[in-house]
Amino acid sequence: MVLAKYIGRKLAWTLVVLVVALMLNFLLPRLIPGNPVDAIVGQIAAGGGTGGEQLEQIHEHFMQEFGLDKPLWQQFLIYIGNLLHGDFGTSFGQYPASVSHLIGQALPWSIAIQLPAIIVGWVVGNMLGALAAFKGGWFDRGAFVGSLFFSSVPPFALAIILLFVVAVQMGILPVGGAYSFGMTPELSVTFFGDAVTYFWLPFWSLVLVFIGGQAVGMRSMAVYELGSDYVNYNRGLGVRDAMTVRYIFRNAMLPQFTGLGLSIAALITGGLIIELVFSYPGLGTLLFNAIGQNDYPVIQAITLLITLAVLIANFTVDVLTGFIDPRIRAAQSGER
Amino acid sequence: MSLRGLPPRFWVSATLVGFIVLVAVIGPFIVQTDPNATVGGLYDRPRCCGALLLGTDNEGQSVLANLVYGTRTSLIVGLIAGAIATVIGLLVGLVGGYRGGWIDDVLTAITNVGLAIPAIVVIILVSVSLPKRNIYTLALVIGLTAWFWVARAVRAQSSSVRTREHIDVARLSGAGFWSILARDVLPYLLSYVVMAFVLQVSGAILFESTLSMLGLGPGNATSLGTMLYWAIAWGSVRTGAWWAFVPPTLMLTLIVFALLLLQSSLNEVFNPRLRRGPAARKKAVTPGAPSEAPLVVGEPTPVGAAGMLETPTSTGREQR
Repeated sequence: MVLAKYIGRKLAWTLVVLVVALMLNFLLPRLIPGNPVDAIVGQIAAGGGTGGEQLEQIHEHFMQEFGLDKPLWQQFLIYIGNLLHGDFGTSFGQYPASVSHLIGQALPWSIAIQLPAIIVGWVVGNMLGALAAFKGGWFDRGAFVGSLFFSSVPPFALAIILLFVVAVQMGILPVGGAYSFGMTPELSVTFFGDAVTYFWLPFWSLVLVFIGGQAVGMRSMAVYELGSDYVNYNRGLGVRDAMTVRYIFRNAMLPQFTGLGLSIAALITGGLIIELVFSYPGLGTLLFNAIGQNDYPVIQAITLLITLAVLIANFTVDVLTGFIDPRIRAAQSGER
Repeated sequence: MSLRGLPPRFWVSATLVGFIVLVAVIGPFIVQTDPNATVGGLYDRPRCCGALLLGTDNEGQSVLANLVYGTRTSLIVGLIAGAIATVIGLLVGLVGGYRGGWIDDVLTAITNVGLAIPAIVVIILVSVSLPKRNIYTLALVIGLTAWFWVARAVRAQSSSVRTREHIDVARLSGAGFWSILARDVLPYLLSYVVMAFVLQVSGAILFESTLSMLGLGPGNATSLGTMLYWAIAWGSVRTGAWWAFVPPTLMLTLIVFALLLLQSSLNEVFNPRLRRGPAARKKAVTPGAPSEAPLVVGEPTPVGAAGMLETPTSTGREQR
């Protein structure tokens, strides 16, 4: 029951934050002085090649889509209603393309980079940190300094250097993009084999930084645990090291796990910029192009997606913590 | 606290930070080249000496001049944003933690919502909406979205200071609310605030470069991020024009690394228990003082290695 209550509270909290995020997402771009649609149509007109009648049509379309002639609260309801239908509106920059379509094309690439990077980075980083703390000596020093370095390098800086050294200078891996020219994305071995060569560099740039951060955190947690009473007691009892290490690992794990939720926003942001460096066709590159074209609907959709991803990740971490953390279970038996 | 007792890491990081500040402050006077002046062709190779020491960028401007001015811009943005974030966070945290009650509840709720929404999202949305972007608006936006961490940590500490006896004494002697905050609560947090400020500066510099790379950089100035933006947009990485992107990349890495190192060594300075140097060890074995030696038996390093271990309100997580 306590667990259900705990999860319910977390869910309610997530929903509150989501509503605030939606309001920000809705309000902030509307703070622009003047009417964004006029500005955009002006831009399209300045670009030339579009007749007056067509411009009128585009203007009508956007005015209707955003309901800009209605009061603000109605606009917000229209916005929410559209979102619930999965309708993010129409792109300004690539007019009649729908934003959902553009996002649909970009999102899988971003997920393909970020999800494995987060999982691999977290697992490897924690193992490295725990090992370094337990082994000590030169291994500890090397792993610690290395991790500290990688965790403090800005992710995109590492990406730029990797791109230059590995792809441009050494020519081992392709320079940019997601698959070779002439290929079309499909579920085949040849395509996968081709795409994976483009995948390595952005993946490693993200993973190395994340491993560094996790290893540093895990190492200090494990070092802290190593000095605690139960470890000394175990030693006195003559318990095998392997057993003690398991206890240490489990205890040091929990803060690392909750830390995952906190670092996820940084990781996603870093991933988006890394995509830019490699012109990987994910959300980061889409965002970059959208900013260049003042494409508000696309920008808004991407910021909303980032928020959603972070909220979902945090909620998942919270729920799993509820299952893992014995204290929450203990509270359960304690209350009765 | 004598100067000699400071850990070597502090001196290393202080030297690095000093070097960076020197580049930003004196650099422009030494280089004496307008970063916006065209002094060569597209990606001219570096040659000795003067403004072309690091070649030219995509517009034929001196990379060296851009680098020193860019460092200056990045530091200005970092310092302003860091100061704004630290001051707001400090105020909110102090008042919330000390006052308690519904004010605390409201402030904590705001802080938690702010922490849950990724800062980059708000910064992108605001930057896109701004009609004109310069380094000050950028710094303001970054500062206004970055204070939540400081507020949370300061609140945790000030609410624990609140229960101490000297606060009661101050209250009995008739000290006012703000006077107690400033004289009796703040001193306990000062060391933390200094460290938080250093972290905020480094975070803000990273945010600025991230925004600039997305194309949301300051419109009227060169920053390290805008240098990278142009270098990537014009394919300098692909064509092998390393002088266009390696200097800003290294400078950014250096700045962030130096500031993180400074923060962690300041932690050691303020919290002598974390110190590891020979002096600290000598103190640890002085007779009478409770020695930590029993803990290290059988394990060569672990306990002393807690140098990186931070206070429970771990500041390490604040990096974005």
